[in-house]
Amino acid sequence: MSSEAPGTTHRAAAGPDALRLVAKRNRRLSHLAVWFLSLVPALLLVFDFFTMRLGVNPIETITNRTGWWAMTMLVLTLAITPLRRLFGWHALVRYRRQVGLATFIYASLHLATYALLDLGLDLSHLGEDIVKRPFITVGFAGWLLLLALAITSTNGWIRRLGKRWATLHKAVYLVAGLALLHFFWSQKADRSRPLQFLALFVLVLGVRVGYAWLKRRRAAIRS
Amino acid sequence: MNLKRILARASDEVTPEKVYLSRREFMRGAGVVAGTVAASAVATSFGQDAGAAVDGLLGLGTTDEAPNTLEAITTYNNFYEFGYDKADPSRNSGDFMPLPWSVTVDGLADNTGEFAFEDLVSRFAIEQRIYRMRCVEAWSMVIPWNGFMLRDLVAMAAPQPEARYVAFTSVLRPEQMIGQRRGLLPFPYVEGLRLDEAMNPLVILATGLYDKPLYNANGAPIRLVVPWKYGFKGIKSIVRISFVAEEPPTTWNIMAPHEYGFYANVNPDVDHPRWSQGSERRIGEFRRRDTLPFNGYGELVADLYAGMDLVRNY
Repeated sequence: MSSEAPGTTHRAAAGPDALRLVAKRNRRLSHLAVWFLSLVPALLLVFDFFTMRLGVNPIETITNRTGWWAMTMLVLTLAITPLRRLFGWHALVRYRRQVGLATFIYASLHLATYALLDLGLDLSHLGEDIVKRPFITVGFAGWLLLLALAITSTNGWIRRLGKRWATLHKAVYLVAGLALLHFFWSQKADRSRPLQFLALFVLVLGVRVGYAWLKRRRAAIRS
Repeated sequence: MNLKRILARASDEVTPEKVYLSRREFMRGAGVVAGTVAASAVATSFGQDAGAAVDGLLGLGTTDEAPNTLEAITTYNNFYEFGYDKADPSRNSGDFMPLPWSVTVDGLADNTGEFAFEDLVSRFAIEQRIYRMRCVEAWSMVIPWNGFMLRDLVAMAAPQPEARYVAFTSVLRPEQMIGQRRGLLPFPYVEGLRLDEAMNPLVILATGLYDKPLYNANGAPIRLVVPWKYGFKGIKSIVRISFVAEEPPTTWNIMAPHEYGFYANVNPDVDHPRWSQGSERRIGEFRRRDTLPFNGYGELVADLYAGMDLVRNY
């Protein structure tokens, strides 16, 4: 089975021009809707800021919320393949790039909050933190990887890199590991939130492993 | 100003009348619980020092920095007995019953026993102390506490010569404290001070905040405030104060020994293993400010640690 099999290609190819145009417009609208949905948490944050709902330490709240949403978007990005395997929702793959980019956007907001608002753009301090604080080192490394994945997410880069593109984008699993470590190490005692994400990552990766195992077994039986 | 000089000046300037009055007040309080002649005699010898000190040390260390709002102080703090989140103490402490309350004083002291909260409040001089509070998480506040000096209670208890430390225990009431039911830390919370630290006049047992009784969220009805140490030393809702010979266990040190030491003095030069202690965010301010050694109280406390390696004794 091909892993990239959006069902619409068949329909669009088979249908008349008018139908194809409608499908194209709908798809564009659906992409707009996904962008809007993924930016809702950021808009809510802005709303809460201007209505003084961020508590007495707003910078801490913004840092925590953007970090939480970066983790959530990463889980959603990694959940798309399991959802296809389990329920056959192959159309979802069309939105994977967007959700991946949303992960990068929230991770960037998270980093910017820390560097610009918390440290007040004290770059020497930022450099010192990145070198001396392991939890910031791994967080920053994760962001650098996300940056590389975001830059190479365009159609042009996919073409240019060919097979190497898929290999490069396997780095998303490394990002997940670094992000989890960053979250665990940043906590004083409360491990509940990072543990929730650990459970979700285990779940979405577990489905992949289980599927690969089934496939290998089936192939072995057939031969 | 050096603390020894302040103390010296206080006793020089104090009038005999004042000494007499404050000692009499002290004796009246001590008499209620002392009972025996021997204990009274001990209380008398301590009473003179304590009485003189109270007059000379009123408002000691009080800062003229703008205090944080009552809302900030009562809705943003750590009190894991009510949950991990800093909004949890104010959210989850509604069922807690701070009164009636009593504090057990025991261990290596002559005048031990169980003291009703009301007795303690009426026995000692309650004053306002506006202190900086520096959390180990690198945020800070300015808080107008009301309370009495721990040294007065120590004097009342009359510790024996072998007593070198004071150990504190928080209340254990899982039925009223959701964080205890969830086992967020090994409860009850315990803390400790060296006896000479406990005798420093900056140390207070706070019973109020902004001239109101302490809120449940902040450790009602009685809590410790040690302004030159990280906030977690300020144990809340105290039920037991024990005089002991050995350094007592402290909760955060048990949780993570390499991150939280017994002393926990505010020190910008000794970072937490995972984050810098060089600066802090004062709640309500946008820019971070530099953290001061001993939280800015060095002149009054640095003598306590003369010759000690404060990097090793973090």
